[in-house]
Amino acid sequence: MWEQLITSFIASATFAILFNAPKRTLFICGLVGMVGWIIYFELVSRHFDYVPATLIAAIAISVLCQIFAKLYKTPIIIYSVAGIIPLVPGGLAYDATRKFVENDYSLAVQLAAKALMISGSIAIGLIFSEVLMRITFRRSISSSKSN
Amino acid sequence: MITQTNSTYEIIDACLLAGKIMLENGAETTRVEDTMMRMAASFGIPQSHSFVTPTAIIFSLEGTDPTKLIRISERSTDLQKVDEVNSISRMASAREITLPETMKRLKQLEEAKGTYPMFIQVLAAAATSGCFLIMFQGQWQDFIPALISGGMGYLCAVLFQGLVQIKFFAEFLAAFVIGSLSVGFVAIGLGLDLDKIIIGSVMPLVPGVLITNAVRDLIAGHLVSGITKGTEALLTAFAIGSGIAVVFTLY
Repeated sequence: MWEQLITSFIASATFAILFNAPKRTLFICGLVGMVGWIIYFELVSRHFDYVPATLIAAIAISVLCQIFAKLYKTPIIIYSVAGIIPLVPGGLAYDATRKFVENDYSLAVQLAAKALMISGSIAIGLIFSEVLMRITFRRSISSSKSN
Repeated sequence: MITQTNSTYEIIDACLLAGKIMLENGAETTRVEDTMMRMAASFGIPQSHSFVTPTAIIFSLEGTDPTKLIRISERSTDLQKVDEVNSISRMASAREITLPETMKRLKQLEEAKGTYPMFIQVLAAAATSGCFLIMFQGQWQDFIPALISGGMGYLCAVLFQGLVQIKFFAEFLAAFVIGSLSVGFVAIGLGLDLDKIIIGSVMPLVPGVLITNAVRDLIAGHLVSGITKGTEALLTAFAIGSGIAVVFTLY
């Protein structure tokens, strides 16, 4: 558990460096990534399916991102990119590629479909929290974007 | 009358420059349009229209003034610059800085270099790879191999990008290097779990900003930009996948 907390924090913060996030945001980038990953990790280890686990984590991440973006007046994508990166189904996409190469198409398509479902649930999570914030704060999307 | 026209041109130039910097460095379409319109409004032009796609911006003011188009040929990711344009536009909206001052700051920002030097980014890519290996239940013995191949992969992606100017080819080659290095580490006994090392090492190449922007653009109704960015992300994923696949075929 500690191992997961620390590595997910470092991974998200260093990933933020790769796309030149401002230095003052790095700590929060790490924090958002860590919270999202721990939610996902705990749900999966409690035998949740990958797709709902990803969805819940993605919603939590982007609600956090909206709050931090408003608080520190920075563009929201800085936080949300760092936050969702641990959830990207890299492992599944990799397995799918490997099965394709090994001519095991039926398994490959299964894995690819699963990776697609997870990517979709990340997207839905991002959308859902945006709607949630809009209902809560009654502000239009364009005025929240200027933050 | 003459000064009036001049300043209209200057306003268009300032707005377009702000939009260009934002778009080139990975901002969402809505943010670019919004910033340009806010800046125009703060300099005294309440009505303006902009059409932003990932490859071009068309900006027009109400009335008989000319419409201008600006081509975006190179795109990279530097969110620091997006953040700075954002604060410049805030200052302009609050009337804290004048139009010439805004233009000066934007020009300085356009020529500014990246926030982090190259070696820091390579180190960051290495750290990302190592940490993702542990997050994906890899063993600590594989940490160093993932560190090295992830860092090398990212370095190759940047170098090849400068060399061949074709993003997908650079990513394909980087993935190939990662795959080959990982196979090598496992072959000489330094690495244990080949799959985990490769998954960790390719993570720095994942187009995170593109994926997030594609989703946000689609939600905001910018269908053209959203689909374009989604396709770019998909192509990148395909490039990484085929780079790794080639390694498997040879190995």
